[in-house]
This record gives sequence, C-alpha cells and structure tokens, in this order.
Amino acid sequence: MPEWSGEELVDVTAGKLARGGRLCAWFGVPEGSRTRLVAVVAVDADKTLAAARSEPLLHSYPSLTLRSPQAHLFEREVWEQHGLVPDGHPWLKPVRFNHGPAEAREFFRVEGGEIHEVAVGPVHAGVIEPGHFRFQCHGEEVLHLEIALGYQHRGVERALLGGPHRATRHQIETAAGDTSIAHATAYAMLIEALAGTEAPLRAQWIRAIALELERLANHAGDLGALASDVAFLPTAAACGKVRGDFLNLTALMCGNRFGRGLVRPGGCHYDLEPARTARMSEALRAALAELDRASVWLWSASSVRARFEGTGPLSSAQATEMGLVGPAARASSLPRDVRFDHPAGWHRFAPVAVSVWPDGDVFARARVRWLESRRSGELLTHQLVAPPAGGVRAETDRPAADALAIALVEGWRGEVCHVALTDAEGSFRRYKIIDPSFHNWIGLALALRGQAISDFPLCNKSFNLSYCGFDL
Amino acid sequence: MTMFALETVSYRLLSGRQTVAYPDGPAPALPERHGGALRVDGSKCSDGCAACVSVCPTEAITVGANDAVALDVGRCIFCAACVEICPTGAITQTNDHRLASRRREDLILGSPGAEEVRLAGELDERLRRLFGRSLRLREVSAGGCNACEADTSVLGTIGWDIGRFGIQFVASPRHADGLLITGPVSQNMRGALEKTYAAVPQPKIVIAVGACAIAGGPFVGHPEVCDGAAAVVPVDLFIPGCPPHPLTILDGLLRLLGRLPEEPRRAADRSR
Repeated sequence: MPEWSGEELVDVTAGKLARGGRLCAWFGVPEGSRTRLVAVVAVDADKTLAAARSEPLLHSYPSLTLRSPQAHLFEREVWEQHGLVPDGHPWLKPVRFNHGPAEAREFFRVEGGEIHEVAVGPVHAGVIEPGHFRFQCHGEEVLHLEIALGYQHRGVERALLGGPHRATRHQIETAAGDTSIAHATAYAMLIEALAGTEAPLRAQWIRAIALELERLANHAGDLGALASDVAFLPTAAACGKVRGDFLNLTALMCGNRFGRGLVRPGGCHYDLEPARTARMSEALRAALAELDRASVWLWSASSVRARFEGTGPLSSAQATEMGLVGPAARASSLPRDVRFDHPAGWHRFAPVAVSVWPDGDVFARARVRWLESRRSGELLTHQLVAPPAGGVRAETDRPAADALAIALVEGWRGEVCHVALTDAEGSFRRYKIIDPSFHNWIGLALALRGQAISDFPLCNKSFNLSYCGFDL
Repeated sequence: MTMFALETVSYRLLSGRQTVAYPDGPAPALPERHGGALRVDGSKCSDGCAACVSVCPTEAITVGANDAVALDVGRCIFCAACVEICPTGAITQTNDHRLASRRREDLILGSPGAEEVRLAGELDERLRRLFGRSLRLREVSAGGCNACEADTSVLGTIGWDIGRFGIQFVASPRHADGLLITGPVSQNMRGALEKTYAAVPQPKIVIAVGACAIAGGPFVGHPEVCDGAAAVVPVDLFIPGCPPHPLTILDGLLRLLGRLPEEPRRAADRSR
C-alpha cells in the first residue's frame, strides 16, 4: 500500500467520495510521535472497498471535511485522539472528552432577542442511555440542535490494543450491547481474515440467523416505541411483548437474550440442532404474525399517520452528504445495505432485498423498519429449514503479523465497520470500531431543524441511535 | 379507523392475560442454555489447579491460601468459561434465576457454607412500610451497553407488568424513591450520577443492576470507569448478570420489597 502525504491522501479520498464513495473509516495510527492516517472508502455500486494510508504526519494536514462533510466527525476524533489538526475544519471540538471534564463544552449559539436555548440530559426521562442535547429555539421551532456525547466512554478501543486479550470478545460484544451479534460477527470475521481461515458454513448460517433475529427484535421494539410516543397503545403494547419474543429466540440459540457468547472467532459456540430449529420456526411464526398484526393497526390509524408524516424530514441529498447508513439512510431513499452491497458470510447465499422509502421523515423510518422486518422474517423462515451440514467451529491461528483487515456487517442500525492493524507479533496495534451511530447522529440533528421541539422524542426514537456504540 | 379499533379490542379480549403468573404462580424457566446462578464448591477443587482463574475474562476468580477458590459473582459476566474448563465439577450452573444480594460480600462464592449467593432479604421495617407497595425508581445508565437497560425496561411491558407491584420508573429524581443504576459508571457520567443521587429525596435506596454496575463488568480496571456504582453512591441491592435476565431483576426488586412468598432454594420442577 503506498504511503501518501497528508494532502495526497485527502485528495485521493475526496476524489473517491466525489465519485459515489462512502467514508467507512478515517482514523489515526500512532507512529512514534507522529500519526499515520488510514482511510476506508466503500464504493457500493461497484461492490468494492478501497483503503489508503498516509505517511506518518506531524501537527496538521488539510481538512477532508471541507471537501466532503461526511468526514466531519472522523476528523474531530483523530484530532481528539492524536492531536493531529485538520486545517480548516469548520467545527473542531472533542467527540468523547477522553481527557478533561465533560462539562467543558462550547455549543453553537444562535443569537437574537427571542432565541432561547434548551438543554436536555445527560440523564434522560426514560430507561435509556445518557447524552446531551442543546437546542437553539425560536418559540417552539428548533433552529439548530447540537448533540454532545461521550458520557458512555469506557475506553473500549484503548483496551483492545495489544490484544486479542481474554476480555476482548466480551468488550466487543458490549461495545453496543443491543448490537452484540453484529459487532461479534465483525470481530470474528477480522480474526478469521487475519488468520487466513473461514468459519464453517454452518456457523455462518447460524450467524446470519442470529443477525436477522437481532434486527427483528430491535425493529419490533422501535415500532412499539414509535407507537408509544404518539400514544398509540395497541401497537406499543403488542410490539413491547413481541420484541421479547424475538430476544427469547436468540436465548433459545445460546442462552442469552442478546446473543452473548454465540459468535466466536472460528465459528459459533453452539450448534442449532434440528429439534431446536423446529422449536424456533414455530415460535418465529407466531411472533411474526403478532408483529404483522400490530403493524397493520399502526399503518391504518390516521392519528398515527398525522404524527409520523412530514415530521423530522431528512432529504436524500443530506443523507448522502453526511454519509448516513442503515434504515435512516434507506428511509431517505438511499439504497445502501451491506448485506446487498458487500455481502459476506451466509448473506452471500441468502440475498436480502434492500428496503427503501422516499420521504426521509419519521413515517419513512418506521416504514423501512417494518419492510425490513418482513424481509428478515422471510429470510429466517426460508433459512431455518435449509441448514448446511457440517460442524460449527474451526481452529483459528494467531492473527498474521503486520496486516490490515476490514469487516463490514449490516447491523440493525446500519453498517458496523471494524478495522484491525496488527504488529510484528500479530497483536492489535490499532483496532477501530465504527458503530452505525457514529455516522447517523448528525442525521438526527439535521432532521430536527425547523421542527417543533415537542417532536424531538418522536424524531429521536425514529433514529434510535446508540450512545455507547458511539462513545466506545 | 373503526376497523383497527374493533380489531384491537377484540384481539385483546381473545388473547386474554399476557402477563406472567409469577410470583403467584411458578417462575418461568430460564432459557435452557442460560445456566442461571453459579454454585462453587471449593472442596472439590484439586490441588494446585487454577484452570478457571486463567480463563476468566474479568478476573472474577481468585485462588488464595490452601487452594481456596473464590468466585465473585458480582464481577462475573456468566460466560461459563470456568464451568466448561473445571476438571472436577467444582463450578456448576444451577439454572436458578435468583442472584440478588444485599451485601457485596454475599456474592463471593466457594468457601464452605458459601457455595451459592446469599440471597437478599427485605428492607428494614420502616423502609418496607414506605416502599413495599409503591416504589418509584429513576434509572441512570452510566456507561451501560443498553442490554441491562433493555432488560430493565422490558419489565414495564405487558409480559411482566411491574406496575402491578407498585414499581414504576419515573422521569425525574425528584419523583423517585431511589435509583436503579446500570453500567460501570464512566468517569464522564460520575458527576451526573452524583447530582441525580443528591436530587432524590430521603430516604432513598440504590439498586445496581448487572456486572458493570456491581464491579465494572468487561471494563473492570479501565481508568475511564469507576468499576461500579458503589464507588460513587451507597448500594442497597446488587443484581448480577450480563445482563441479568428480566426474571432475575424482578426477583431482586420483589425480594427487597418483601413481596415474595417463602420458597425452597430450587423448585423441583426447574432443576435439571
């Protein structure tokens, strides 16, 4: 891989992004007192990934954000973690407050006699994770929302250095604990790639089933939560229960409702035997029927449509510019889905159609979840009766030395991207995790512009992003 | 409009009660691969064996003088690596959902008479009279991964309906009788947790849910976290798990409020 200068790397990356690429990762790797930049760009239309690196840099380089806004947060992160300044970055401030107090924040302010500011969080009203929202309002109308995170920072990436350690797999599984399967699968794929092995097909089949169950549980939960936020209780109550039914199906596979311990480098820890598959199929059919029924109520209620339609709109141009992923991007009509664009594992053999909706509002984000749930349900129904033969575990060697590996998995919130670089001993010298929420929080901020502040909970729920997956 | 209104009403009538019968009826079984609470019988350990110590990802197991094994179930993330590697069956899964304890030391397993968790007793009479039939909790996620949060909030759904015990999660610490804390307490949440605790009127209780909130979980020892809620506020109830099953959390809450009937350690129908 050639070593570009900082300017050249920014140039070549900006060029790739301008031709329809998407920035999956942009991070620093310490090289003594200098920092090497690494870029990963996905060109979905070609089903290709491109990676590039800079020479070790000191002090600064010309900001990529000026040419491609989707780099804005990546460059802030590099600056916070390594002190490398992206010259000309329009809003350079910390991302997670690794150092110093979380209170030391300067917020963007709108000036004016009738402008008022609303501060919410970090502790929120519900049973949810912490984050801070700062609204600039004119009356009810939100002119600007700035989202300040970092409260959940647990030092995940720092702890992964020098690994894999005994705790590594568990730290990956809890990087975003409602996305354990997607993150564990990305990790397993990386280790397998670095060791030059592949998990047995039957293990890949089990991983795909677990991944779709994770998607179903969370999409069902989100549909219920959205219904709850507009006080439509029939769907809220039914979806709250059916979400648990899907989690229990994951628990049937491995004992844990969030799939902990199931996916491991080299394969899966548990087999999915015929008798268990039969039990799963039966329970799945019932849960899907309940989800279907509860969704039909939701779509046929005019009171729901009145609250969902036109609320929190995000244009496809905005979603493209900011590099959004997952259901939030697809609800703004962007047909991007790792399962389709960059299929890996069992999804190579069990393709899933990409679910899109044009309008980019709360309705669209709810609708995409529903469409995806149906397609995940169909995939599971078909796959459960057609298991590949063989074992579920393969031996994996130690990761190769001085190597780079990239894994993409379509988690329920969107693209989960893991990048590992190993040292001369095959240990991690850098392990980068990009949860889909890292791309998408800015989407929520943009969707709120011009909206009533009272619609914030509904808009927030329609994105339902991870705090810990962002904060790491 | 009328279509779904009729349908939802008739559906609810036809589906009947969807809430678990527990605690009046039997507790639902844990998923069969869950394993439930651990039992550690140190007398079964063979001389010089420390196989479990070297596989535990959170360093929850120590071997002291005279080969005395001690497993801190508060620190445990229930990965079962120790159960799988133990050559003598000293560490076993009991399939028991009950794990909640009032005192941190009651979660240390292994010595004679302390093979299992010493389960929580109820609040003292004054607090039980206050909170026994109405407990309002403010949930604070302080570095939680959203699994403990999810399996806490599921208790509010129709399947569990904790409202029937007078337990409710409220939107402000000013409305609360106590805190339910998840996560290892990140340094960046420490201040917010302290302020939230201070805002709850006296008398108040604190419940730590999950391995992280008890001891730091998979992040134990990281300088970015406080290794659990007890480093910041006094804790009255510890509920182990990663995450604890909703049934385990419910058991802990009801145990604290003195709302559970006396029962044998393991019901015969659930022992496997």
